Amino acid sequence: MIAEIGHFALTLALAVAMVQTVVPLIGAARQDNALMAVSGSAAMAQLVCVAIAFGALMHGYVTSDFSLLNVAQNSHTQKPMLYKVAGVWGNHEGSLLLWALILALFGAAVPVAGRNLPAPLRARALAVQAAIAVGFLLFILFTSNPFERLYPAPTDGAGLNPMLQDPGLAFHPPFLYLGYVGFSMAFSFAVAGLIEGRIDAAWARWVRPWTLAAWIALTLGIALGSWWAYYTLGWGGWWYWDPVENASLMPWLAGTALLHSILVVEKRESLKSWTVLLAIITFGLSLLGTFLVRSGVLTSVHAFATDPARGAFVLILLLVVVGGSLALYGLRAPALKAGGVFAPVSREGLLLFGNVLLATGAGTVLLGTLYPLIADSLDLGKVSVGPPFFNAVFLPLMAPLVLTMAAAPSLAWKRGHLARVRSRLGLIGGFGMGAGLAVLPLGGPWWAPLGIGLAAGVLAGTLAEPILRLRAGAGLSRRQIGMTAAHLGVALVIVGMVGEGAWSSEAVQNQSIGQTVTVGGYSFALNAVEPVKGPNYTADRADFDVTQANRAFARMAPERRVFTVPPRPATVAAIRSTPLTDVYAVIGEAAGPNTWITRLYVKPLVIWLWIGALMMAGGGLLSLSQRKRS
Amino acid sequence: MRRLFALIPLAALAVLAVFFWNGLGRDPREVPSVLINRPVPEFQLAGPPGQSSGLSSADLKGRVSLVSLFGSWCVSCLQEHPTLMMIRQGGELPIFGLDWRDDPVKGAEWLARNGNPYEKIGLDPAPGRVSIDFGVTGAPESFLVDRNGVIRYKQIGPITPEIWQHTLLPIVRELQK
Repeated sequence: MIAEIGHFALTLALAVAMVQTVVPLIGAARQDNALMAVSGSAAMAQLVCVAIAFGALMHGYVTSDFSLLNVAQNSHTQKPMLYKVAGVWGNHEGSLLLWALILALFGAAVPVAGRNLPAPLRARALAVQAAIAVGFLLFILFTSNPFERLYPAPTDGAGLNPMLQDPGLAFHPPFLYLGYVGFSMAFSFAVAGLIEGRIDAAWARWVRPWTLAAWIALTLGIALGSWWAYYTLGWGGWWYWDPVENASLMPWLAGTALLHSILVVEKRESLKSWTVLLAIITFGLSLLGTFLVRSGVLTSVHAFATDPARGAFVLILLLVVVGGSLALYGLRAPALKAGGVFAPVSREGLLLFGNVLLATGAGTVLLGTLYPLIADSLDLGKVSVGPPFFNAVFLPLMAPLVLTMAAAPSLAWKRGHLARVRSRLGLIGGFGMGAGLAVLPLGGPWWAPLGIGLAAGVLAGTLAEPILRLRAGAGLSRRQIGMTAAHLGVALVIVGMVGEGAWSSEAVQNQSIGQTVTVGGYSFALNAVEPVKGPNYTADRADFDVTQANRAFARMAPERRVFTVPPRPATVAAIRSTPLTDVYAVIGEAAGPNTWITRLYVKPLVIWLWIGALMMAGGGLLSLSQRKRS
Repeated sequence: MRRLFALIPLAALAVLAVFFWNGLGRDPREVPSVLINRPVPEFQLAGPPGQSSGLSSADLKGRVSLVSLFGSWCVSCLQEHPTLMMIRQGGELPIFGLDWRDDPVKGAEWLARNGNPYEKIGLDPAPGRVSIDFGVTGAPESFLVDRNGVIRYKQIGPITPEIWQHTLLPIVRELQK
């Protein structure tokens, strides 16, 4: 019964969204306030309907109602409660419902938070928002209905892939979706702005916090996914250039560019056309991410559903939404009035340069991700594009970007005077080079000192401005502190990337009980491997004594679990993190009597990846919390 | 001029759309094996403990056969096993087993527990050279071999009753003609 209510609420949400698409647009065209006001109440009604549907599905999971096909396929009575709840979005249908719910949440936030917005802009933006909702609700109702019944109901469900039973992954999709869907706000307002033919500072002031919020969520979502891969997959890596990882990185890169170009619109009423294009592209890439995961056009560990009908639907949705808005852009963008002009050497100039690099980076990732598809389509054979391509093409693009980051805060808006900041830039550069030279004795590949030097340059360049301001007795706004923290976060992430990439050591071997293996200065003695029993798995648990320079460092207990439902193996790595290094141990299959395959890694500086990502998100939050307009 | 520039993004999307549309009908997982239509590698493998005869490339000539890779450690193989038992009962063609990277004793116990669908079994202990020569990417994996000992089809992942009925059996019938 509850599932039927959910199904009905979802159908109702579709009807509401259709009204919300049409009526406010007519209202805005006729300057009819009553018709425009429909948008606000419709957005609220839509949220209520989708929330009821989501609640109904959640109820099915929590009570293990296996008469629901979706629950039977993805849940199990033995599953811990957290994963029953997270199981709602751990599958194709449920994750789309989550998508729709978040979209409705953002839609409902417009009338609540945007009372001061001009009524026509608000009405049009909500209409665009509703049009996206119509597409997704149609998709859910016609190809991916989560409320399908199963008769007779099985006594127990098929279970959730055990690899996904992890707190890091339980929260990874919601954050990612908050990011993806959050960019719909910038998109809707960009399209509304194009319809009106006006983009101005007020528009930017409204769009910036929403874009920032989406960016924070996406940053956290990507970091959570990466962290999960690092500590559960047991390969010791944290980024694999998998198509779906790329699918989340592309909107992040475009969104980062958008965030900075909105700043230029806000402060200087410049780069309007570019900003609008970025808003469309960012959301388009978010939709593309959804398409890639849902359609199975690319091979990936993430692809849940490989159903061409579903893929075709998402593709059409993508083409209508992005194609329609790009066509509108083609018609209207040339008419957007350009505002303040600026010299190439100015903060705007460097922001634009950084923007171009970020967009090129996103384009590179797009090319690498889609190349297998393009090659297959042209019958050039089945190829896969992996880390070598991305490392060779994407990373060199990031080096000038990081240099730009180091220099930009020192330059003034509109026209920067190089002469005035020459000594400061010299200091920043010197600091970077000093740091690079300082790590030379550590050895490693040639790019390791370069990476550390760049990170140090960003550190110095980011801190120089606030230090000078504080010295001059001027205060710092939360936005300034937030920006400083986020940029420092980038520097830390670079440090983590270089540390892990350049100075890691690893050893894979058959290790017998009593045997000691030394990796990167750490000695791993395997004391024992014991069978243990968990709530829904059995496991082999190893007991390592790890020593460094004859001093006890840690006792580590990695496990190899075999889950009962569905019967699948999973590794649980044991990781000890210190500020300088991560020590990482994995136990694999038994290789003989009293012998197991063990993989042991020493990975310097990895912890700074996560700290850096948290600082980026934290800096964003701090900036977001500043209500007063500067 | 500005007008035209503003339409570039739309044009780029149109090009991408064509590729996406094409890509929908294709399966990226379907990796063509380089060893299809090549003779099976020459090999001679010992059998499980207690059995005198193993498996050799000579056994794969003269009849259309299914060579199936398994291991007692492989969970998906257990999932596939009932289907292999069913194929064995159907008697359409002999099934030969490659016990891959396995402990011989555990492999024998596994078969004793779950039934033995194989006419002959060859032990291919780690690193599993023979299986690698077959072009194996993981277990379970199966190969249809024709009368002349040429690999004609490779099935990646467990054989389900459906795959047997709709994919493998038609090929077997064709090869047996």
